[in-house]
Amino acid sequence: MKAKTVDRIATGVIVAIAVLILAVLAGLLGYLLVRGLRHISFDFLTSPPQTIKAGGGIGPQLFNSLFLLVLTMIITIPLGLGAGIYMSEYAKENRFTAFVRLIVEVLSSFPSIVIGLFGLLVIVNRFGLGFSLLSGALALTVFNLPMMVRITEQSLRSVPREQKEAGLALGISRWRTITQVMLPVALPSIVTGTILAAGRVFGEAAALLFTAGMSSPRLDFTDWNPLSPTSPLNPLRPAETLAVHIWKINSEGLAPDAPEIAAGASAVLVITVLLFNLGARWFGRLLYRKLTASK
Amino acid sequence: MIEIERLQLYYGTFHALKDISLSIPEKRVTAFIGPSGCGKSTLLRTLNRMNDAIDGVRIEGKVEIQGQDIYAPDMEVETLRKRVGMVFQQPNPFPKSIYDNVAYGPRLHGKRKKAELDEIVEKSLRAASLWEEVRDVLKKSAWSLSGGQQQRLCIARALAVEPDILLMDESTSALDPISTNKIEELTRELSRNYTIVMVTHNMHQAARISDRTVFFLNGQVIEAADTETLFSNPADRRTEDYISGRFG
Repeated sequence: MKAKTVDRIATGVIVAIAVLILAVLAGLLGYLLVRGLRHISFDFLTSPPQTIKAGGGIGPQLFNSLFLLVLTMIITIPLGLGAGIYMSEYAKENRFTAFVRLIVEVLSSFPSIVIGLFGLLVIVNRFGLGFSLLSGALALTVFNLPMMVRITEQSLRSVPREQKEAGLALGISRWRTITQVMLPVALPSIVTGTILAAGRVFGEAAALLFTAGMSSPRLDFTDWNPLSPTSPLNPLRPAETLAVHIWKINSEGLAPDAPEIAAGASAVLVITVLLFNLGARWFGRLLYRKLTASK
Repeated sequence: MIEIERLQLYYGTFHALKDISLSIPEKRVTAFIGPSGCGKSTLLRTLNRMNDAIDGVRIEGKVEIQGQDIYAPDMEVETLRKRVGMVFQQPNPFPKSIYDNVAYGPRLHGKRKKAELDEIVEKSLRAASLWEEVRDVLKKSAWSLSGGQQQRLCIARALAVEPDILLMDESTSALDPISTNKIEELTRELSRNYTIVMVTHNMHQAARISDRTVFFLNGQVIEAADTETLFSNPADRRTEDYISGRFG
């Protein structure tokens, strides 16, 4: 066969594979959106769910998902940044750090249901936090932390060595060089990575089934005292998230419009994750431009 | 000014600098020349302890700056590096405005008043002969400058923390001939107030602008002499071979 023919066949195969993947993705998204979009309305997004009647919404679940995300990030970001800075700037290359790196790898590929069970045994029962937002956030931290560490470490490593040396050569201490010179340069990719990780957290269900729980108390959205049991801000109340709600309604939903609600909720979930992804790119670019241009 | 006494440097098991003794005069330009991998950059980086951060580096011997042992346990690297500024091979301004680049060091060393910073910025940019070109665009990103301007900005940034010594690590090798020329002139001028130690691949550059030249080979100092003497009448056969282009 002539080289040209081979080349043409190879190109054809590769293009076909790409098209196939795109088609699967587009089909999946289209199916979810076509089925779900019809059910999305302001009322659907804000009203509480119904157990046996039709016409329930996903308001509390949506709120729970967002609130849980915020709680998780409050715990994950400082830990992840700290560990990432340590791994890239302070840790010496030796057996111990190689071991830590291995653990981080293993942890990041852990099945989330296992993390959920671990959360149930340790956080919910042993520490007595019960089914609560806090338990959920801690379980999600276990799930999310490895990614956060890796994002920080890689972002810092990709800062040009010249920048770091420029800081050190001015007589600026190592810590200051890291926080004042390297972090600003690494920030756009850290932020992008963090938002992408947030998208993963937002859609997580398995790790939350046994930690944040599968039910939500009646929430009183006028009560903002975080200590009151019906307050949406109370971190010690159980909280069913959107992803968990979809799973529950599909497996044991009693409302007559359960399939529609699941479809609508799925669409909301997918759209939100999509927004996270697009937002991450946009925000990362914006930050990069802001930080590399004059103030 | 700088006295190096029986300095040994190892990278792991590799003996990179072998028994180096050298004195570097004040307010003169001293050039380190020699083929790649001869240890000239490594020696330059021992003068502001930039090798400290590299894993597996071990140093023996003594380096004294104005009588002070810079590897003594009570020596703070930050203090040392304030006195010994450095300009690198690649221009490496921070991704900030021109003004902020120069004000960066003084700010982090505790100078806060705007008037004072303004003065330092102007003085440093003037000393780096960049002021006339950038006085109206101080708020613009440093990355918008040309390579040669960026390198002069890096010199200004180093001068802003008021060092006595300036180390230049092949600081013109990434620049075009015109920018190179400017930096060379600037180097001559700065040597009136600063002690300058430069590493260069370019023998002609060393001949043009340095007062003293040190020739390195395989981690050893082969010859150190006044530039004119070294180039016109080298004492060592190997120096002669190198400067007449027989190797390296």
